[in-house]
Parts: sequence; structure tokens; C-alpha cells
Amino acid sequence: MSSANPLKPSERMKIPRQEPIEQAAAERMTNFLEVSFGFDDERSVIEAKRCLDCKQPLCIDGCPVGIDIPAFIGLVLKKDYVGAVNKIREANYLPAICGRVCPQESQCEELCVLGKKLTPVAIGKLERFVADFEMQQNLFTPPVIAEHREEKVAIVGSGPAGLTCAAELARKGYQVTIFEALHAVGGVLRYGIPEFRLPKEILDIETERIKALGVQIYLNFVIGRTATIDELFGEWGFKAIFLATGAGTPTFLGIPGENLSGVYSANEFLTRVNLMGAYRFPDFDTPIRIGKTVAVIGGGNTAMDAVRTAKRLGAEHAYLIYRRSRSEMPARQEEIHHAEQEGIELLLLTNPTRILADNNNWVCGIECQRMELGEPDDSGRRRPVPVKGSEFVVEIQTLVEAIGQKPNPIIQSTTPGLDTSKRGTVVTNEQQATSRPGIFAGGDLSRGGATVILAMRDGKQAAAAIHDYLEKT
Amino acid sequence: MYRIVRKQVLAPTITRFEIEAPFIAKKRKAGNFVMIRVENHGERIPLTIADGDPARGTITLIVQAIGKTTKLLCSKEQGEEVLDVVGPLGNPTPIEHIGHVVCVGGGVGTAELYPIAKALCDAGNTVSTIIGARSHDLVILEHEMRAIPSTTYVTTDDGSYGRRGFVTDQLKDILDSGNPVGAVFAIGPLPMMKAVSDLTRSYKVHTLVSLNTIMVDGTGMCGGCRVTIGGEMKFACVDGPEFDGHKVDFTELMMRNRTYVDMERIADERYRCQLAGLTQENVQ
Repeated sequence: MSSANPLKPSERMKIPRQEPIEQAAAERMTNFLEVSFGFDDERSVIEAKRCLDCKQPLCIDGCPVGIDIPAFIGLVLKKDYVGAVNKIREANYLPAICGRVCPQESQCEELCVLGKKLTPVAIGKLERFVADFEMQQNLFTPPVIAEHREEKVAIVGSGPAGLTCAAELARKGYQVTIFEALHAVGGVLRYGIPEFRLPKEILDIETERIKALGVQIYLNFVIGRTATIDELFGEWGFKAIFLATGAGTPTFLGIPGENLSGVYSANEFLTRVNLMGAYRFPDFDTPIRIGKTVAVIGGGNTAMDAVRTAKRLGAEHAYLIYRRSRSEMPARQEEIHHAEQEGIELLLLTNPTRILADNNNWVCGIECQRMELGEPDDSGRRRPVPVKGSEFVVEIQTLVEAIGQKPNPIIQSTTPGLDTSKRGTVVTNEQQATSRPGIFAGGDLSRGGATVILAMRDGKQAAAAIHDYLEKT
Repeated sequence: MYRIVRKQVLAPTITRFEIEAPFIAKKRKAGNFVMIRVENHGERIPLTIADGDPARGTITLIVQAIGKTTKLLCSKEQGEEVLDVVGPLGNPTPIEHIGHVVCVGGGVGTAELYPIAKALCDAGNTVSTIIGARSHDLVILEHEMRAIPSTTYVTTDDGSYGRRGFVTDQLKDILDSGNPVGAVFAIGPLPMMKAVSDLTRSYKVHTLVSLNTIMVDGTGMCGGCRVTIGGEMKFACVDGPEFDGHKVDFTELMMRNRTYVDMERIADERYRCQLAGLTQENVQ
């Protein structure tokens, strides 16, 4: 591949990292269009020239699904964008999604050699460009499925883990059916991640590509209610099942006032907007309430999504309340940066203690206390300790709690012999196998809350394990 | 898509639908509900399953046209389709042999009560039923309730049929009659269920109520349906929808349910205008 790049390493290192085209903050605050438009072909080729094409590429080690990154970048350099996206697709069937939502800065790009002294190659933006190019030019051709296998495999949940597992197994020739509880495909990609980070049209197109592999999808089908796992094995005739129902149950802080009107879980807030289209009320029937001042509690990507959504829905002030400091925030740097550009006000080292109500049982304020950082806790992050007598009240009309989700218990409670942890996650071994033969699990259901790409890694791992399992039985 | 195989108007604004949903028909039990979305751009709303026929693969929903979504649904004709139906959701009603039970239905809640009353009777209980409505034309399922069989009383607010007054007046008479009551099952508007629970509390009679709350997904994902039961936070969709009426914080729930009142009015108003516009076009 290196032959395609005429530049010497020293020359490649002189090229600055290309910047994506972005909507200006003042403008994007008023709409739900994508913040980043990514690279164009010119920027992509320049960026591809920066890759040193290392003999032992570390970037691949940083990719949870093991994309051959130098190979696809080599194809970008040759302007073979379709070749590049097909190279990615060998390892990752959702390139347009991953190019947008993967935390590349802590994965492939973190290990890029260039990043040690300079800035790493913009691998994520290149991935996105080739995937978008293929979509825009309508150049997708489904891969040829070499073998036909009779065995039926059920996938429960159509989020990133489920979609990936389905694509992998369908490409191996299995008869794959996905069961989705909601009325639309995508799981957290649909209800959780906002339009301005992942347009639903992209999700729809990637889903169509999975359907093109012969994958059948049942919507409005709640496993554990509409049919049980044992019925899928029995009368439905499935030989293996992959559980990928995510972590969809919201948790609450347990402070007074959480049942007041105007208090949302991040799940409800984002589901109303993303899945139900509440940002287009009354063209869409589902309403949402946005006060002049909105506060979101939490420091992760979900909190960022919620607070940036609130701003776009017209909040004059949108606060993010987080009890630790900025460096402990689990959200992606890019998201925090974007949020600040959009005028999101961060209330750091701030811990909510009580939600205050007006006469109509509506939230009207949140009482908080200041925190300071003490000794590191089990997670290695410095534990926040309250500062005595530091209580203060922020006037708000809408509150969103984004403090984490746990798995939905419906399947676990209706499937005998399926081991779960104290946190409610389904226990698996390294091959994603559960305590019951033929049942595999992955994504947030077994991890308890992680990223899209780690869910995809599990889906891929589970597909390989299901293949081994079916070969042996 | 889920086809409407039969439509029957039970009362002005109250319509009975039989809808093709074979998987749900096979599984549903008394007390379960479904989430439905009538059309694209629509809301998801919970509706209790009133009955089901596994052989024909249909479920029965009895719907009162109150807001935009229920009005839209009630405008659908036999042969038309509903976009999304998912279920059966929620926990089924615990059906046990108790002895003498009283089933109290208010308004369209009577429809949700019917399968429970039937199941209680099948489990060997002696069933008394009180059907409450604003006026005679809104009394539904009286014949079906009697046929269960159950001793059936009707109360109307305006006295146009049966006893003039509230369901609690009739319930109090039964509780005072000396015929011991093992349990009360009450389904209807929140103020009615609150009044029933307040009454039975003083008689120490176990009372189960079915809570109608704000819901988005109906599977435990949004938490919009959270209610306070005996001081603890519960989700009506997965922990309920039925709870011990003596432990429910009705006041909080009634306030919560008012969260979107004005927006619901906007949606409803808009729908009425659309209908009016449509009619005009048809005339032209």
C-alpha cells in the first residue's frame, strides 16, 4: 500500500491534521442538523497522506472490531473510496455510524504513532467520509453470501450489538431473525443518540443493508412478553439466540422531588425527542416540556446529548450538573467541546440534593451543594466530598437525570437458568456465552453501560461463538 | 400493520375494536395492556386489553375518544389498520380464590375490569360488580357483566339510569350489608379509584387499582410512568399497572398526569381543524 504514497515519512509528518467541516455553533443551536459534516474528498486524500503506514500498525490494536485501518487509508489515498468502505465492512458492518459516534480519540487514534509527538491521523473522519461517499453515490453492493446454512438464529434487540451479530451471521449464511421491542430499528442508536450526532436516515440506510443480507426483522415484539426465550427454541425452531437488549432501564438519584412534573429520566427525554419526534411537535403528536432553564444531571455522553438537545429545544439556559470535575467526566472530549461552544453551562463539583416544587407540583428549582475532590475511589477517580454549608439553589423548570442505565429485567426474569449479576447484567464468558447452552449475550446487557463500538465488538464475538456452537451441535 | 376485523360503537365516544394481533392474542391475560401507535408521527399510548381470541388471533380494545390519538383510532373503520401494537405488557392481575369480591368500574374502566371480573368468577369467586358512568348512554358492558355471572349494580352521576350517585355509594352499602368482602378491584378515573381506596381503607378490605399514567415505551425504558407506592418509586408499566390502592399516592399521580394538558389540547385542536379541512375538500 505504501507505494501509493510518494511522500517520505518526514514529509507526511509536515501535513497538518485536517479539520472537519462543521456547522457554526450559533447556527446549529437552533436546529437538529448534524454538527459535523465531516471531510470532503480533498481533505480525505490529504489526511490519508499523513498515515505512516506502519509495519506494525498499533491503530488496529486500538479498534475493538479490528478494522485493517492502514489498508483502508491506503485505498482512500488511491481515491478508491468504495474499496475503502468495503475493506472496513469486512470487520465492521456499520461504518457510517461508527465514523460518527465511536470515541476514536481513546481507541485507534490514541494509539496512532503520529499522535505521540503530533496529532493522530483522523481515522474516524476518514471512515465516515468513505461510508458517506458510498451512500451519496449509491454505490453499495451487498456482499455475496457463499454458503447457505439451514440453522435459524434469533437476535433479541436491534441496537449496535444485535445489528452487528445479525450481519456477521447472515454473511456466514445463517437464517437470522431480529426481534425488536420498539416500532423502529436501532435501539440506542434510534432512541438515545440525537439527530445532530447521528441522523436517523444514516441508521435507516445501514439497517437496509443488513436487511439486504436476508435478515428478517420483527418490530413491536417484546421477548419475554410476546414470546419467551424457551418458545423461540421450541415452537419457533431457533438453534441459538443472541441477547442484546441493552441497558434501557433508567436509574434515579433517589433525592426528594423526582416524581414532580417536569422531571425526566434521560431515557424518557431523549426517547420523546429522538424516537417520537417531539422536537417537531405538533407535526408529531408526542409532546415534550422545555422550561426557560433546564438542568441535566450527569457527566457522560447521555447527559451531553440531553443538555444539547434541551438547548436546541429553546432553553435559554441549559446547565450540566456534575459532581466531579471536568477531567473525570466520562463524556467524549469532542462532545464536551461542542457543548461548550453551544453555550451549555457546566456546573462542576456540584451535587444535587433536593428538587423543589411550585404550587402545582412542577419543578421550580434544584438545591445543590458544592463538592471538593478527595482521595481516589474504586474507579481510580478522585472521590467528590461535600463542602459543608455550601448549599445553593438553581432556579429551573425542567430537570433531566442522566446518571446511568441498567439492563431491562424482562428477559432475565422470564428465562430460567440465565445467570445475572447483582447489577442486573447477564453473565457471559469471553466468548459471550451465558449460563444456558445456545444463549449468548453482549453489549450493554452484559457490560451494564458502554459504547456503541464495544457493543459491536460483542456482537461480532458472539457471532463467531454461535458459529462454533452450531458447527459442534 | 394490525388489521381491524371488527368495530362496534358501544356508546357515544366509546368504541370496541377487534384487532388482528395473533402473538398477543395467544399470550394475553386479564390485566395486561398493549402500547399502540395509530399512524406515523403518532404517539404511543397504553390501552388495556379487554378480551382476546387466540383461535382467531384477535384482541379486543375498548377505547374512549378523549384526545387526538384516541379520536384518530376511533375514526378507523373495519378493514383499516393500526400501525403498531405491542404487548402483552404489564403484569397480569393476580387471580385467586378469595370468596366474595367486588369489581368497581368507572366509565371506560369497566371495559378493563370485564376480563378481570370474568377471571375472578372462573376462579370460583362470588362476584359483585358496580358499573359507574356519568349518564345512561355511557354505561357499557352491563349485559356482559351480568352474564359472567355477577350481581351487577349500575350508578350514574345524573341518575338517568340505575342508582343516582357514585360507585362509592353502592360500594359502601355492600361493605355495610354484612356479606363479607374479600377484596375490591377498582378501575376507572384516578379520582374514582382514590375515592374507592379511601373508603375501603376504613373497612380494611384489600383493594387493587389499575393506574393509568404517562407512558412512552411501556416496557420499563422511559420511567415516565413512575408512581409512589408506599413511599417507594415504582414504574406502572413493569411493576404494575395494578397496585394496592391503599399505598398509592394518588395526589402526586393526578398532578403528574396533568403535565401535558395544554399540549394535548393543541394536538386535539389541530386534529379537529385537519378533519374540518378534509371535509371541506371532500365537499369540493
